[in-house]
Amino acid sequence: MIKLIGIVVVAAGFALRINTLLVVMAAGIATGLCAGMPFNDIIAEFGKLFVENRYVTLPVGLMLAVIGLLERYGLRERAEALIKRVQAATAGRVLLAYAAMRQISIALGVNVGGHAGMVRPLVAPMAEGAAHARHGELPETTVAAIRAHAAAAENVGNFFGEDTVFAVGAVLLIHGVLKTAGYDVSLWALSWWGVPTALAAFGALWWRVRALDRRIARDAAAKVAGKKEDTP
Amino acid sequence: MKLLNLDVFYAILGVFLLLVAGRAAGDRRQPKRWGTALFWGLLAVVFLAGKQLPPLVVGYMVLAMVVLAATKQLSGPHSHTTTAEERAASAERLQNKLFWPALLIPVTAVVSTLLLSKLHVGDFWLLDSANVTVSSVCLGAIVAVVAGLRLTRAPLATPVAEGSRLLQTVGWALILPQLLAALGGIFAVAGVGPVVADLVARALPTQFPFVAVVAYCVGMALFTMCMGNAFAAFPVITLGIGLPFIVVKHGGNPAIMAAIGMLSGYCGTLMTPMAANFNIVPALLLELKDKNAVIKAQLPLGLTILGANIALMYFCVYRF
Repeated sequence: MIKLIGIVVVAAGFALRINTLLVVMAAGIATGLCAGMPFNDIIAEFGKLFVENRYVTLPVGLMLAVIGLLERYGLRERAEALIKRVQAATAGRVLLAYAAMRQISIALGVNVGGHAGMVRPLVAPMAEGAAHARHGELPETTVAAIRAHAAAAENVGNFFGEDTVFAVGAVLLIHGVLKTAGYDVSLWALSWWGVPTALAAFGALWWRVRALDRRIARDAAAKVAGKKEDTP
Repeated sequence: MKLLNLDVFYAILGVFLLLVAGRAAGDRRQPKRWGTALFWGLLAVVFLAGKQLPPLVVGYMVLAMVVLAATKQLSGPHSHTTTAEERAASAERLQNKLFWPALLIPVTAVVSTLLLSKLHVGDFWLLDSANVTVSSVCLGAIVAVVAGLRLTRAPLATPVAEGSRLLQTVGWALILPQLLAALGGIFAVAGVGPVVADLVARALPTQFPFVAVVAYCVGMALFTMCMGNAFAAFPVITLGIGLPFIVVKHGGNPAIMAAIGMLSGYCGTLMTPMAANFNIVPALLLELKDKNAVIKAQLPLGLTILGANIALMYFCVYRF
């Protein structure tokens, strides 16, 4: 039971809004001490695992230079301008189309996209541009909601396409764990049973982005109404 | 022998971080100049020489970065980029050519996943075939920088300056995913998982097939939320709850259970700040005031998809 102290530290730290890095490090140290590891061993374990997991930071880190460069020369403005010409575009439809592209491409084993490479420079500005074109200026909170949903579309497309059709990382992990436990299941069965959830996830996203579109319309209308009251 | 292995990309990022640290140290207008320079400098050393340094030294360097961040010795971006008018004018001038470098990132990723990763002369490989996904994306980023420089005719210092601005927008949260992965490792070494699985199994009436399905799916989601990673939760919850109750006790299909179980874990990933690279770093990248805005947008999604998973598993796992 005492080993769960790390989870308690994390929950308490997040609730008290203490610096997240500090919370995570404290949780690791507390867990290690409770499991009877000496302090220096815990720090060394952190060092070893931090180096082993450098690849997690790599794509975001390397992407920043080119995205910053292109943004300086107006990439986001161009993305917004381009989508404004598409009559049928709404913020929700842009995000749904992106998630569909993401789910299908990752199911075929190709990882195109990402928060730094696609969402910040292209997807979010296009969704915002589509909303601007329809409704004019939007309140800051509405723009924030559009951006948050752009990140959500990226995550849903990424997570729930991965396990379908083509055997990739997650499917191989599942296969390995089951095999070690004495169950030899086929890779095809695992991929196939990922499809229903992939469709359900896309349906759930469709529902959320429609709600987003309705919210944008409502917020824009409220803003216009508010302005009229200011200038009678 | 692999020409473009991860170490090459670690070195490139290390040099970039070193330049960021150097710019901060040399800039008198940079608030909290030395703390900022030290933080990015330490991270640069981890990327340049992490493998060569003893783990204990790296561990104390990580501790130093955490202390710098927690005591607010880091500043956000202070340098200014072009104005909105300048950017609009530049967008008008360059038109759709601006998209080319950005689109080169996915194009390079596709070409290198499908083609370059298979190129080799004997034992001499172009790409590290063990890390195709990550190295393909990194290669795409490098190709795009070159294309972007050619297109804009900007000096080499510009991508460094602009990248440094974006890096400082993300700030200390950049290393959060790496630190969380390390925490997951410590949890595994200490044996946290079996305790959780045992608790859930004892607390719930798993003699009912439906309860077994709910316990497994919700257990996957909850433990993923604690670990920030479904891959870490999967073996623990599957061996602790899924196999003994759904498969052994009630005769469920292991393939259906495992496939939908992993996807239930991903629902947890949508709802936790512990999955920082998916939820927290993007909120900062998109310059949202609320660090948890992405998680809040994803809560209804995570819960709905989890509900769908429970229903799907209950209706299929005991039937096929």
